Amino acid sequence: MSDPFSGVRVAITGGTSGLGLALVRELSRRGARVAFVARTRERVEQVMRENPGTHGIVGDVSAKNDIYPMAIQITGELGGLDVLINNASDLGPTPLAMLSDTECEDLERVFATNVFGPFRLTKALMGALAASAREGRGAVVLNISSDAAINPYPTWGAYGSSKAALHHMTRIWNEEHEAEGVRFLSLDPGDMDTPMHAAAIPDADPSTLKRPEQSARELVDVIAANLCRGGTPWPPDARDAQRTGGHGVPPLQ
Amino acid sequence: MIAAESAVQRPHDAKLLVVDSDRHIIHVARSAFVDFLRPNDLVIANDAATLPASLSGVHQQTGKPIEVRLAGRPSLDPNDIKRFSAVVFGEGDFHTRTEDRPFPPILQRGDTLLLGPLRATVEGLLDHPRLVSLLFAGTPDEVWAGLASHGRPIQYSHVQTGLELWDVWTRIAGLPVAFEPPSASFVLDWHVLTTIREHGANFATITHAAGISSTGDEDLDRLLPFDEPYRIPATTARAVELARERGGRVIAVGTTVVRALEAAATEDGHLHAGEGVAKGRIGPSTRLRVVDAILSGTHEPGTSHYELLRAFLEDTTLRRATEELDSHGYKTHEFGDSVLILS
Repeated sequence: MSDPFSGVRVAITGGTSGLGLALVRELSRRGARVAFVARTRERVEQVMRENPGTHGIVGDVSAKNDIYPMAIQITGELGGLDVLINNASDLGPTPLAMLSDTECEDLERVFATNVFGPFRLTKALMGALAASAREGRGAVVLNISSDAAINPYPTWGAYGSSKAALHHMTRIWNEEHEAEGVRFLSLDPGDMDTPMHAAAIPDADPSTLKRPEQSARELVDVIAANLCRGGTPWPPDARDAQRTGGHGVPPLQ
Repeated sequence: MIAAESAVQRPHDAKLLVVDSDRHIIHVARSAFVDFLRPNDLVIANDAATLPASLSGVHQQTGKPIEVRLAGRPSLDPNDIKRFSAVVFGEGDFHTRTEDRPFPPILQRGDTLLLGPLRATVEGLLDHPRLVSLLFAGTPDEVWAGLASHGRPIQYSHVQTGLELWDVWTRIAGLPVAFEPPSASFVLDWHVLTTIREHGANFATITHAAGISSTGDEDLDRLLPFDEPYRIPATTARAVELARERGGRVIAVGTTVVRALEAAATEDGHLHAGEGVAKGRIGPSTRLRVVDAILSGTHEPGTSHYELLRAFLEDTTLRRATEELDSHGYKTHEFGDSVLILS
Protein backbone atom coordinates (compact mmCIF):
# COMPACT_ATOMS: atom_id res chain seq x y z
CA MET A 1 0.00 0.00 0.00
CA SER A 2 1.37 3.42 -0.86
CA ASP A 3 2.13 5.89 1.91
CA PRO A 4 -0.86 8.11 2.67
CA PHE A 5 1.41 11.06 1.93
CA SER A 6 2.08 10.01 -1.64
CA GLY A 7 1.26 13.04 -3.80
CA VAL A 8 0.07 15.18 -0.89
CA ARG A 9 1.03 18.82 -1.41
CA VAL A 10 2.78 20.24 1.65
CA ALA A 11 4.32 23.64 2.42
CA ILE A 12 6.72 24.10 5.34
CA THR A 13 8.13 27.38 6.60
CA GLY A 14 11.58 27.49 8.16
CA GLY A 15 12.52 24.44 6.10
CA THR A 16 16.30 24.63 6.08
CA SER A 17 17.22 23.84 9.67
CA GLY A 18 16.17 21.95 12.77
CA LEU A 19 12.65 20.53 12.81
CA GLY A 20 11.70 22.19 9.51
CA LEU A 21 14.53 20.48 7.66
CA ALA A 22 13.64 17.16 9.29
CA LEU A 23 10.04 17.64 8.14
CA VAL A 24 11.16 18.39 4.57
CA ARG A 25 13.21 15.18 4.55
CA GLU A 26 10.54 13.02 6.20
CA LEU A 27 7.74 14.22 3.93
CA SER A 28 9.89 13.89 0.79
CA ARG A 29 10.82 10.36 1.83
CA ARG A 30 7.14 9.52 2.19
CA GLY A 31 6.30 10.73 -1.31
CA ALA A 32 4.77 14.14 -0.52
CA ARG A 33 5.24 17.03 -2.92
CA VAL A 34 7.06 19.54 -0.76
CA ALA A 35 7.57 23.29 -0.99
CA PHE A 36 9.61 24.92 1.75
CA VAL A 37 10.35 28.51 2.66
CA ALA A 38 13.45 29.99 4.26
CA ARG A 39 15.24 33.31 4.30
CA THR A 40 18.71 32.47 2.97
CA ARG A 41 18.99 31.72 -0.75
CA GLU A 42 22.17 29.64 -0.40
CA ARG A 43 20.59 27.39 2.24
CA VAL A 44 17.38 27.04 0.23
CA GLU A 45 19.37 25.97 -2.83
CA GLN A 46 21.45 23.55 -0.79
CA VAL A 47 18.39 21.86 0.75
CA MET A 48 16.80 21.60 -2.71
CA ARG A 49 19.93 19.91 -4.04
CA GLU A 50 19.94 17.47 -1.13
CA ASN A 51 16.20 16.74 -1.53
CA PRO A 52 15.53 16.46 -5.26
CA GLY A 53 12.00 17.27 -6.32
CA THR A 54 11.37 19.74 -3.50
CA HIS A 55 10.54 23.36 -4.29
CA GLY A 56 12.61 25.89 -2.34
CA ILE A 57 11.20 29.39 -1.90
CA VAL A 58 13.19 32.33 -0.56
CA GLY A 59 11.16 34.50 1.79
CA ASP A 60 10.77 35.83 5.31
CA VAL A 61 7.46 35.03 7.03
CA SER A 62 7.87 38.07 9.28
CA ALA A 63 7.87 40.39 6.24
CA LYS A 64 4.35 41.36 5.16
CA ASN A 65 5.39 41.91 1.55
CA ASP A 66 6.89 38.43 1.26
CA ILE A 67 3.66 36.59 2.09
CA TYR A 68 1.76 36.76 -1.20
CA PRO A 69 4.86 36.04 -3.31
CA MET A 70 5.31 32.96 -1.09
CA ALA A 71 1.66 31.95 -1.44
CA ILE A 72 1.80 32.29 -5.25
CA GLN A 73 4.91 30.13 -5.48
CA ILE A 74 3.56 27.50 -3.08
CA THR A 75 0.20 27.05 -4.81
CA GLY A 76 1.61 27.67 -8.27
CA GLU A 77 4.47 25.19 -8.04
CA LEU A 78 2.50 22.49 -6.19
CA GLY A 79 -0.73 23.05 -8.14
CA GLY A 80 -2.68 23.63 -4.90
CA LEU A 81 -2.09 22.85 -1.24
CA ASP A 82 -3.23 20.15 1.18
CA VAL A 83 -1.02 20.75 4.22
CA LEU A 84 0.56 23.92 5.59
CA ILE A 85 3.12 23.64 8.38
CA ASN A 86 3.88 26.95 10.06
CA ASN A 87 7.21 25.98 11.57
CA ALA A 88 9.43 29.06 11.26
CA SER A 89 9.98 30.55 14.70
CA ASP A 90 11.91 33.36 16.32
CA LEU A 91 13.20 32.75 19.85
CA GLY A 92 13.95 36.42 20.42
CA PRO A 93 17.29 37.79 21.59
CA THR A 94 19.63 35.45 23.44
CA PRO A 95 20.63 35.05 26.14
CA LEU A 96 16.96 34.84 27.06
CA ALA A 97 15.75 37.77 29.13
CA MET A 98 13.06 38.46 31.70
CA LEU A 99 9.97 39.96 30.12
CA SER A 100 10.52 43.33 31.84
CA ASP A 101 14.03 43.40 30.37
CA THR A 102 12.77 42.58 26.87
CA GLU A 103 12.91 45.46 24.40
CA CYS A 104 9.55 46.26 22.76
CA GLU A 105 11.16 46.02 19.33
CA ASP A 106 12.40 42.52 20.13
CA LEU A 107 8.93 41.45 21.25
CA GLU A 108 7.46 42.86 18.05
CA ARG A 109 9.98 40.92 15.98
CA VAL A 110 9.13 37.66 17.77
CA PHE A 111 5.40 38.21 17.24
CA ALA A 112 6.01 39.16 13.58
CA THR A 113 7.57 35.73 12.94
CA ASN A 114 5.58 33.55 15.34
CA VAL A 115 2.09 35.09 15.13
CA PHE A 116 1.58 37.58 12.29
CA GLY A 117 3.58 35.53 9.79
CA PRO A 118 1.54 32.34 10.29
CA PHE A 119 -1.65 34.44 10.44
CA ARG A 120 -0.93 36.15 7.11
CA LEU A 121 0.30 33.05 5.32
CA THR A 122 -2.58 30.90 6.54
CA LYS A 123 -5.07 33.57 5.50
CA ALA A 124 -3.52 33.84 2.03
CA LEU A 125 -3.56 30.04 1.63
CA MET A 126 -7.00 29.40 3.19
CA GLY A 127 -8.66 29.37 -0.23
CA ALA A 128 -6.30 26.70 -1.54
CA LEU A 129 -6.69 24.60 1.61
CA ALA A 130 -10.49 24.85 1.54
CA ALA A 131 -10.48 23.85 -2.14
CA SER A 132 -8.50 20.74 -1.25
CA ALA A 133 -10.96 19.88 1.52
CA ARG A 134 -13.96 20.39 -0.80
CA GLU A 135 -12.45 17.89 -3.21
CA GLY A 136 -12.13 15.27 -0.49
CA ARG A 137 -8.33 15.44 -0.31
CA GLY A 138 -8.47 16.83 3.20
CA ALA A 139 -6.63 19.90 4.43
CA VAL A 140 -4.52 20.39 7.54
CA VAL A 141 -2.69 23.37 9.00
CA LEU A 142 -0.10 22.40 11.59
CA ASN A 143 1.23 25.20 13.73
CA ILE A 144 4.37 24.21 15.62
CA SER A 145 3.85 25.07 19.27
CA SER A 146 5.79 24.64 22.47
CA ASP A 147 5.18 23.81 26.12
CA ALA A 148 6.23 27.43 26.66
CA ALA A 149 2.84 28.35 25.16
CA ILE A 150 1.19 26.95 28.30
CA ASN A 151 3.80 27.08 31.09
CA PRO A 152 5.05 30.49 32.30
CA TYR A 153 8.77 29.72 32.14
CA PRO A 154 10.78 32.69 33.40
CA THR A 155 12.89 34.34 30.63
CA TRP A 156 10.79 32.68 27.91
CA GLY A 157 8.27 35.57 27.87
CA ALA A 158 8.58 36.78 24.28
CA TYR A 159 8.66 33.31 22.75
CA GLY A 160 6.14 31.78 25.17
CA SER A 161 3.55 34.55 24.82
CA SER A 162 3.82 34.48 21.03
CA LYS A 163 3.35 30.70 21.00
CA ALA A 164 0.39 31.06 23.35
CA ALA A 165 -1.20 33.48 20.87
CA LEU A 166 -0.56 31.09 17.99
CA HIS A 167 -1.93 28.15 19.94
CA HIS A 168 -5.16 29.97 20.73
CA MET A 169 -5.53 31.25 17.17
CA THR A 170 -5.18 27.66 16.00
CA ARG A 171 -8.02 26.53 18.25
CA ILE A 172 -10.29 29.31 17.00
CA TRP A 173 -9.43 28.64 13.36
CA ASN A 174 -10.24 24.97 13.91
CA GLU A 175 -13.68 25.82 15.27
CA GLU A 176 -14.40 28.36 12.52
CA HIS A 177 -13.36 26.18 9.58
CA GLU A 178 -14.74 22.85 10.67
CA ALA A 179 -17.55 23.22 8.15
CA GLU A 180 -15.01 23.71 5.34
CA GLY A 181 -13.22 20.55 6.42
CA VAL A 182 -9.92 22.29 7.15
CA ARG A 183 -8.29 20.98 10.34
CA PHE A 184 -5.95 23.11 12.45
CA LEU A 185 -3.44 21.47 14.78
CA SER A 186 -1.17 23.01 17.38
CA LEU A 187 1.47 20.53 18.49
CA ASP A 188 4.51 20.66 20.73
CA PRO A 189 7.36 18.66 19.15
CA GLY A 190 9.21 18.41 22.47
CA ASP A 191 12.68 19.60 23.44
CA MET A 192 14.85 18.80 20.45
CA ASP A 193 18.51 18.93 19.62
CA THR A 194 18.24 21.89 17.25
CA PRO A 195 20.12 25.18 16.69
CA MET A 196 17.22 27.03 18.35
CA HIS A 197 17.40 24.92 21.48
CA ALA A 198 21.17 25.40 21.62
CA ALA A 199 20.65 29.17 21.41
CA ALA A 200 18.12 29.08 24.24
CA ILE A 201 19.95 26.67 26.55
CA PRO A 202 23.58 26.50 25.42
CA ASP A 203 24.70 24.11 28.17
CA ALA A 204 21.94 21.50 27.63
CA ASP A 205 23.18 17.94 27.18
CA PRO A 206 22.21 17.00 23.57
CA SER A 207 21.92 13.34 24.57
CA THR A 208 18.91 14.21 26.74
CA LEU A 209 17.11 15.88 23.81
CA LYS A 210 14.87 14.41 21.13
CA ARG A 211 16.22 14.09 17.62
CA PRO A 212 14.27 16.41 15.29
CA GLU A 213 13.89 13.43 12.93
CA GLN A 214 11.87 11.62 15.60
CA SER A 215 9.63 14.64 16.20
CA ALA A 216 9.14 15.02 12.45
CA ARG A 217 7.98 11.40 12.15
CA GLU A 218 5.53 11.82 15.03
CA LEU A 219 4.11 15.07 13.63
CA VAL A 220 3.70 13.63 10.15
CA ASP A 221 1.79 10.67 11.62
CA VAL A 222 -0.61 13.05 13.36
CA ILE A 223 -1.14 15.00 10.13
CA ALA A 224 -1.84 11.73 8.30
CA ALA A 225 -4.50 10.83 10.85
CA ASN A 226 -6.18 14.19 10.25
CA LEU A 227 -6.08 14.09 6.47
CA CYS A 228 -9.24 12.70 4.97
CA ARG A 229 -8.17 11.03 1.76
CA GLY A 230 -9.77 9.17 -1.08
CA GLY A 231 -12.19 11.48 -2.86
CA THR A 232 -15.00 11.62 -0.34
CA PRO A 233 -18.15 12.41 -2.32
CA TRP A 234 -19.10 15.91 -1.34
CA PRO A 235 -18.86 18.44 1.47
CA PRO A 236 -21.62 17.09 3.75
CA ASP A 237 -20.23 13.56 3.53
CA ALA A 238 -16.64 14.79 3.71
CA ARG A 239 -17.49 16.76 6.80
CA ASP A 240 -19.05 13.73 8.46
CA ALA A 241 -16.04 11.59 7.65
CA GLN A 242 -13.73 14.17 9.12
CA ARG A 243 -15.77 14.59 12.22
CA THR A 244 -15.60 10.90 13.03
CA GLY A 245 -12.10 10.29 11.73
CA GLY A 246 -10.35 13.46 12.80
CA HIS A 247 -8.67 14.31 16.06
CA GLY A 248 -9.60 17.98 16.46
CA VAL A 249 -6.90 20.00 18.14
CA PRO A 250 -4.99 17.54 20.24
CA PRO A 251 -3.77 18.72 23.60
CA LEU A 252 -0.20 19.89 23.73
CA GLN A 253 2.04 16.91 24.20
CA MET B 1 -22.42 53.95 -14.60
CA ILE B 2 -19.85 55.38 -12.23
CA ALA B 3 -16.54 53.52 -11.89
CA ALA B 4 -15.78 52.17 -8.41
CA GLU B 5 -12.45 53.84 -7.67
CA SER B 6 -11.53 52.30 -4.31
CA ALA B 7 -9.96 48.88 -4.07
CA VAL B 8 -12.38 47.65 -1.40
CA GLN B 9 -13.80 44.19 -2.08
CA ARG B 10 -16.75 44.38 0.28
CA PRO B 11 -17.72 48.04 0.81
CA HIS B 12 -20.36 48.37 3.53
CA ASP B 13 -22.68 50.24 1.16
CA ALA B 14 -22.43 47.80 -1.78
CA LYS B 15 -25.70 47.47 -3.66
CA LEU B 16 -27.45 44.58 -5.36
CA LEU B 17 -29.99 44.77 -8.15
CA VAL B 18 -32.10 41.61 -8.24
CA VAL B 19 -34.15 40.52 -11.23
CA ASP B 20 -36.47 37.88 -9.83
CA SER B 21 -38.12 35.04 -11.71
CA ASP B 22 -41.15 37.24 -12.43
CA ARG B 23 -38.84 39.88 -13.95
CA HIS B 24 -39.43 42.25 -11.06
CA ILE B 25 -36.49 44.46 -10.25
CA ILE B 26 -35.57 44.82 -6.58
CA HIS B 27 -32.85 46.94 -4.97
CA VAL B 28 -31.23 45.64 -1.79
CA ALA B 29 -27.97 45.84 0.12
CA ARG B 30 -25.54 43.34 -1.41
CA SER B 31 -25.10 41.64 1.93
CA ALA B 32 -28.74 40.49 1.53
CA PHE B 33 -27.75 38.29 -1.42
CA VAL B 34 -28.08 35.12 0.67
CA ASP B 35 -31.71 35.93 1.50
CA PHE B 36 -32.60 35.07 -2.10
CA LEU B 37 -31.27 31.53 -1.72
CA ARG B 38 -33.52 28.53 -1.22
CA PRO B 39 -32.69 25.19 0.34
CA ASN B 40 -30.78 22.92 -2.08
CA ASP B 41 -29.65 25.81 -4.28
CA LEU B 42 -26.03 25.43 -5.29
CA VAL B 43 -23.80 28.50 -5.39
CA ILE B 44 -20.74 27.96 -7.58
CA ALA B 45 -17.81 30.37 -7.58
CA ASN B 46 -14.46 30.57 -9.38
CA ASP B 47 -11.70 29.92 -6.84
CA ALA B 48 -8.83 31.03 -9.09
CA ALA B 49 -6.27 33.27 -7.43
CA THR B 50 -5.00 36.14 -9.53
CA LEU B 51 -1.53 36.15 -11.05
CA PRO B 52 0.59 39.29 -10.86
CA ALA B 53 0.25 39.39 -14.64
CA SER B 54 1.50 42.92 -15.37
CA LEU B 55 5.23 42.89 -16.04
CA SER B 56 7.16 46.08 -16.71
CA GLY B 57 10.41 45.91 -18.60
CA VAL B 58 12.33 46.68 -21.74
CA HIS B 59 12.23 45.53 -25.36
CA GLN B 60 15.86 44.50 -25.74
CA GLN B 61 16.20 45.23 -29.47
CA THR B 62 15.15 48.90 -29.15
CA GLY B 63 15.78 49.58 -25.46
CA LYS B 64 12.22 50.99 -25.25
CA PRO B 65 10.14 50.54 -22.07
CA ILE B 66 7.14 48.24 -22.29
CA GLU B 67 4.41 46.76 -20.12
CA VAL B 68 3.47 43.14 -20.79
CA ARG B 69 0.04 41.95 -19.64
CA LEU B 70 -0.13 38.19 -19.60
CA ALA B 71 -3.46 37.21 -21.10
CA GLY B 72 -3.68 33.48 -21.72
CA ARG B 73 -2.11 30.10 -21.02
CA PRO B 74 -2.58 26.74 -22.71
CA SER B 75 -3.56 24.86 -19.53
CA LEU B 76 -3.71 25.05 -15.73
CA ASP B 77 -0.80 22.60 -15.31
CA PRO B 78 1.67 24.11 -12.78
CA ASN B 79 4.59 23.16 -15.02
CA ASP B 80 2.95 24.67 -18.09
CA ILE B 81 3.95 28.16 -16.97
CA LYS B 82 6.47 29.14 -19.64
CA ARG B 83 4.15 29.89 -22.56
CA PHE B 84 1.65 32.75 -22.50
CA SER B 85 -0.25 34.92 -24.90
CA ALA B 86 0.22 38.53 -23.89
CA VAL B 87 -0.86 42.06 -24.68
CA VAL B 88 2.05 44.50 -24.91
CA PHE B 89 1.83 48.23 -24.27
CA GLY B 90 4.46 50.91 -24.83
CA GLU B 91 5.75 53.28 -22.18
CA GLY B 92 3.58 54.09 -19.16
CA ASP B 93 1.48 52.22 -16.66
CA PHE B 94 -2.04 51.83 -15.31
CA HIS B 95 -2.29 55.54 -14.43
CA THR B 96 -2.95 56.19 -18.14
CA ARG B 97 -6.20 54.92 -19.64
CA THR B 98 -5.54 51.83 -21.75
CA GLU B 99 -7.25 53.63 -24.65
CA ASP B 100 -4.50 56.25 -24.50
CA ARG B 101 -1.55 53.92 -24.07
CA PRO B 102 1.05 54.01 -26.87
CA PHE B 103 1.81 50.96 -28.96
CA PRO B 104 4.92 48.99 -28.06
CA PRO B 105 7.89 49.15 -30.42
CA ILE B 106 7.35 46.95 -33.47
CA LEU B 107 7.77 43.41 -32.21
CA GLN B 108 9.33 40.67 -34.31
CA ARG B 109 9.41 36.95 -33.81
CA GLY B 110 12.55 36.10 -31.82
CA ASP B 111 12.72 39.48 -30.01
CA THR B 112 13.68 39.43 -26.32
CA LEU B 113 11.69 41.12 -23.57
CA LEU B 114 13.57 41.80 -20.32
CA LEU B 115 11.02 41.83 -17.51
CA GLY B 116 12.78 42.27 -14.17
CA PRO B 117 14.32 38.90 -13.33
CA LEU B 118 12.38 37.28 -16.20
CA ARG B 119 13.42 36.97 -19.81
CA ALA B 120 10.88 36.16 -22.52
CA THR B 121 11.19 35.51 -26.24
CA VAL B 122 8.49 36.57 -28.68
CA GLU B 123 7.49 33.25 -30.22
CA GLY B 124 4.71 34.46 -32.42
CA LEU B 125 2.72 37.52 -33.53
CA LEU B 126 -1.01 37.07 -33.11
CA ASP B 127 -3.33 39.04 -35.41
CA HIS B 128 -2.66 42.40 -33.75
CA PRO B 129 0.42 44.62 -33.14
CA ARG B 130 -0.11 44.37 -29.36
CA LEU B 131 -0.79 40.64 -29.16
CA VAL B 132 2.04 38.11 -29.03
CA SER B 133 2.88 34.65 -27.75
CA LEU B 134 5.81 34.51 -25.33
CA LEU B 135 8.18 31.83 -24.11
CA PHE B 136 9.85 32.47 -20.75
CA ALA B 137 13.39 31.26 -20.09
CA GLY B 138 14.23 29.15 -17.02
CA THR B 139 12.64 26.33 -15.07
CA PRO B 140 8.95 26.48 -14.09
CA ASP B 141 10.01 27.32 -10.50
CA GLU B 142 12.19 30.17 -11.76
CA VAL B 143 9.28 31.56 -13.76
CA TRP B 144 6.97 31.32 -10.72
CA ALA B 145 9.60 33.08 -8.57
CA GLY B 146 10.07 35.79 -11.19
CA LEU B 147 6.33 36.42 -11.50
CA ALA B 148 5.98 36.46 -7.70
CA SER B 149 8.76 39.01 -7.18
CA HIS B 150 8.31 41.28 -10.20
CA GLY B 151 4.71 41.01 -11.38
CA ARG B 152 1.94 43.39 -10.34
CA PRO B 153 -1.79 42.87 -10.61
CA ILE B 154 -3.20 44.10 -13.93
CA GLN B 155 -4.97 47.34 -13.22
CA TYR B 156 -6.90 50.12 -14.93
CA SER B 157 -6.85 53.87 -14.49
CA HIS B 158 -10.18 54.09 -12.64
CA VAL B 159 -8.29 52.89 -9.54
CA GLN B 160 -5.38 55.30 -9.13
CA THR B 161 -3.58 53.66 -6.21
CA GLY B 162 -1.37 50.71 -7.01
CA LEU B 163 -3.07 47.38 -6.35
CA GLU B 164 -1.48 44.69 -4.23
CA LEU B 165 -2.25 41.00 -4.55
CA TRP B 166 -4.27 41.09 -1.34
CA ASP B 167 -6.53 43.67 -3.01
CA VAL B 168 -7.37 41.30 -5.86
CA TRP B 169 -7.28 37.81 -4.33
CA THR B 170 -10.76 36.74 -3.31
CA ARG B 171 -11.19 35.13 0.09
CA ILE B 172 -11.52 31.73 -1.62
CA ALA B 173 -8.55 32.26 -3.96
CA GLY B 174 -6.62 29.02 -4.43
CA LEU B 175 -4.75 28.12 -7.61
CA PRO B 176 -3.09 31.23 -9.11
CA VAL B 177 -4.28 31.04 -12.70
CA ALA B 178 -6.51 34.09 -13.31
CA PHE B 179 -5.09 37.08 -15.18
CA GLU B 180 -7.62 39.42 -13.62
CA PRO B 181 -9.62 38.72 -10.47
CA PRO B 182 -12.88 36.77 -10.75
CA SER B 183 -14.32 39.82 -9.07
CA ALA B 184 -17.92 38.66 -8.72
CA SER B 185 -16.54 36.50 -5.89
CA PHE B 186 -15.51 39.61 -3.94
CA VAL B 187 -19.00 39.32 -2.46
CA LEU B 188 -17.95 36.10 -0.71
CA ASP B 189 -16.12 35.83 2.55
CA TRP B 190 -15.93 32.97 5.04
CA HIS B 191 -18.86 34.35 6.99
CA VAL B 192 -21.01 34.51 3.85
CA LEU B 193 -20.15 30.87 3.07
CA THR B 194 -21.35 29.97 6.55
CA THR B 195 -24.58 31.90 5.93
CA ILE B 196 -25.11 30.10 2.60
CA ARG B 197 -25.00 26.79 4.46
CA GLU B 198 -27.34 28.12 7.14
CA HIS B 199 -29.88 28.83 4.39
CA GLY B 200 -29.77 25.15 3.43
CA ALA B 201 -27.98 25.99 0.20
CA ASN B 202 -24.62 24.55 -0.83
CA PHE B 203 -21.37 25.90 -2.13
CA ALA B 204 -18.97 24.53 -4.72
CA THR B 205 -16.20 25.88 -6.93
CA ILE B 206 -14.63 25.64 -10.34
CA THR B 207 -11.19 26.98 -11.27
CA HIS B 208 -11.16 29.14 -14.37
CA ALA B 209 -8.28 31.21 -15.73
CA ALA B 210 -10.24 34.45 -16.01
CA GLY B 211 -8.64 36.55 -18.74
CA ILE B 212 -8.20 40.25 -19.22
CA SER B 213 -11.38 42.26 -19.45
CA SER B 214 -10.27 45.11 -21.66
CA THR B 215 -7.27 46.20 -23.72
CA GLY B 216 -8.40 49.70 -24.64
CA ASP B 217 -8.17 48.76 -28.31
CA GLU B 218 -11.44 48.14 -30.14
CA ASP B 219 -10.05 45.60 -32.57
CA LEU B 220 -8.40 43.63 -29.80
CA ASP B 221 -11.39 43.89 -27.46
CA ARG B 222 -13.53 42.27 -30.16
CA LEU B 223 -11.39 39.13 -29.70
CA LEU B 224 -12.24 38.95 -25.97
CA PRO B 225 -12.64 36.79 -24.06
CA PHE B 226 -9.65 34.75 -25.20
CA ASP B 227 -9.71 30.97 -24.79
CA GLU B 228 -9.61 30.21 -21.06
CA PRO B 229 -8.62 26.88 -19.48
CA TYR B 230 -10.75 25.66 -16.60
CA ARG B 231 -11.12 22.73 -14.26
CA ILE B 232 -14.35 21.30 -12.85
CA PRO B 233 -13.77 19.16 -9.73
CA ALA B 234 -15.63 15.85 -9.63
CA THR B 235 -17.18 16.98 -6.35
CA THR B 236 -18.65 20.03 -8.10
CA ALA B 237 -20.12 17.93 -10.91
CA ARG B 238 -21.74 15.69 -8.29
CA ALA B 239 -23.02 18.71 -6.38
CA VAL B 240 -24.74 19.96 -9.56
CA GLU B 241 -26.43 16.57 -10.01
CA LEU B 242 -27.51 16.60 -6.39
CA ALA B 243 -28.94 20.13 -6.65
CA ARG B 244 -30.90 19.07 -9.75
CA GLU B 245 -32.29 15.97 -8.07
CA ARG B 246 -33.45 18.03 -5.11
CA GLY B 247 -34.94 20.86 -7.14
CA GLY B 248 -32.25 23.42 -6.33
CA ARG B 249 -30.96 26.06 -8.72
CA VAL B 250 -27.38 26.37 -9.96
CA ILE B 251 -26.30 29.93 -9.23
CA ALA B 252 -23.05 31.02 -10.88
CA VAL B 253 -20.98 33.68 -9.14
CA GLY B 254 -19.51 35.53 -12.10
CA THR B 255 -19.32 35.18 -15.85
CA THR B 256 -16.28 32.89 -15.75
CA VAL B 257 -18.27 30.26 -13.86
CA VAL B 258 -20.94 30.36 -16.56
CA ARG B 259 -18.27 29.98 -19.25
CA ALA B 260 -16.65 26.99 -17.54
CA LEU B 261 -19.87 25.17 -16.64
CA GLU B 262 -21.46 25.66 -20.04
CA ALA B 263 -18.25 24.67 -21.84
CA ALA B 264 -18.15 21.45 -19.81
CA ALA B 265 -21.82 20.62 -20.35
CA THR B 266 -23.09 18.04 -22.79
CA GLU B 267 -26.14 18.64 -24.98
CA ASP B 268 -28.40 17.06 -22.37
CA GLY B 269 -26.99 19.17 -19.55
CA HIS B 270 -24.66 16.58 -18.04
CA LEU B 271 -21.54 18.14 -16.57
CA HIS B 272 -18.11 16.71 -17.36
CA ALA B 273 -15.63 16.92 -14.51
CA GLY B 274 -12.01 17.61 -15.43
CA GLU B 275 -10.04 20.14 -17.40
CA GLY B 276 -11.07 21.89 -20.58
CA VAL B 277 -10.78 25.15 -22.48
CA ALA B 278 -13.70 27.57 -22.75
CA LYS B 279 -13.87 29.08 -26.24
CA GLY B 280 -16.15 31.58 -27.91
CA ARG B 281 -18.67 33.97 -26.46
CA ILE B 282 -21.86 33.29 -24.59
CA GLY B 283 -24.70 35.53 -25.73
CA PRO B 284 -28.40 35.83 -26.53
CA SER B 285 -28.41 32.76 -28.78
CA THR B 286 -26.76 30.53 -26.17
CA ARG B 287 -29.01 27.92 -24.60
CA LEU B 288 -27.81 27.56 -21.01
CA ARG B 289 -27.65 23.90 -20.04
CA VAL B 290 -26.34 23.98 -16.47
CA VAL B 291 -26.61 27.44 -14.96
CA ASP B 292 -29.97 28.77 -13.80
CA ALA B 293 -29.01 32.11 -12.29
CA ILE B 294 -26.06 34.48 -12.04
CA LEU B 295 -24.61 36.81 -9.43
CA SER B 296 -22.35 39.17 -11.30
CA GLY B 297 -20.84 42.61 -11.35
CA THR B 298 -22.65 45.40 -13.16
CA HIS B 299 -21.77 45.42 -16.84
CA GLU B 300 -22.23 48.02 -19.53
CA PRO B 301 -23.74 47.32 -22.96
CA GLY B 302 -21.18 46.42 -25.58
CA THR B 303 -18.91 44.40 -23.31
CA SER B 304 -18.58 40.61 -23.59
CA HIS B 305 -19.82 40.35 -19.98
CA TYR B 306 -23.04 42.19 -20.89
CA GLU B 307 -23.48 39.92 -23.89
CA LEU B 308 -23.27 36.94 -21.53
CA LEU B 309 -26.08 38.37 -19.39
CA ARG B 310 -28.26 38.35 -22.54
CA ALA B 311 -28.23 34.55 -22.28
CA PHE B 312 -30.16 34.92 -18.99
CA LEU B 313 -32.54 37.77 -19.80
CA GLU B 314 -34.47 39.05 -22.77
CA ASP B 315 -33.23 42.44 -24.02
CA THR B 316 -36.19 44.48 -22.79
CA THR B 317 -35.67 43.40 -19.17
CA LEU B 318 -31.91 43.76 -19.41
CA ARG B 319 -32.31 47.29 -20.76
CA ARG B 320 -34.69 48.10 -17.92
CA ALA B 321 -32.17 46.75 -15.42
CA THR B 322 -29.37 48.79 -17.00
CA GLU B 323 -31.49 51.95 -16.77
CA GLU B 324 -32.13 51.27 -13.11
CA LEU B 325 -28.43 50.68 -12.44
CA ASP B 326 -27.76 54.11 -13.94
CA SER B 327 -30.59 55.92 -12.21
CA HIS B 328 -29.85 54.37 -8.81
CA GLY B 329 -26.18 55.27 -8.86
CA TYR B 330 -24.74 51.76 -9.05
CA LYS B 331 -20.99 51.52 -9.44
CA THR B 332 -19.31 49.40 -12.06
CA HIS B 333 -15.99 47.60 -12.71
CA GLU B 334 -14.26 45.06 -10.49
CA PHE B 335 -14.84 46.81 -7.15
CA GLY B 336 -18.37 47.89 -8.06
CA ASP B 337 -21.89 46.77 -7.16
CA SER B 338 -23.61 43.55 -8.22
CA VAL B 339 -26.62 42.12 -9.99
CA LEU B 340 -28.45 38.87 -9.28
CA ILE B 341 -30.48 37.42 -12.12
CA LEU B 342 -32.79 34.64 -11.01
CA SER B 343 -34.62 32.42 -13.43
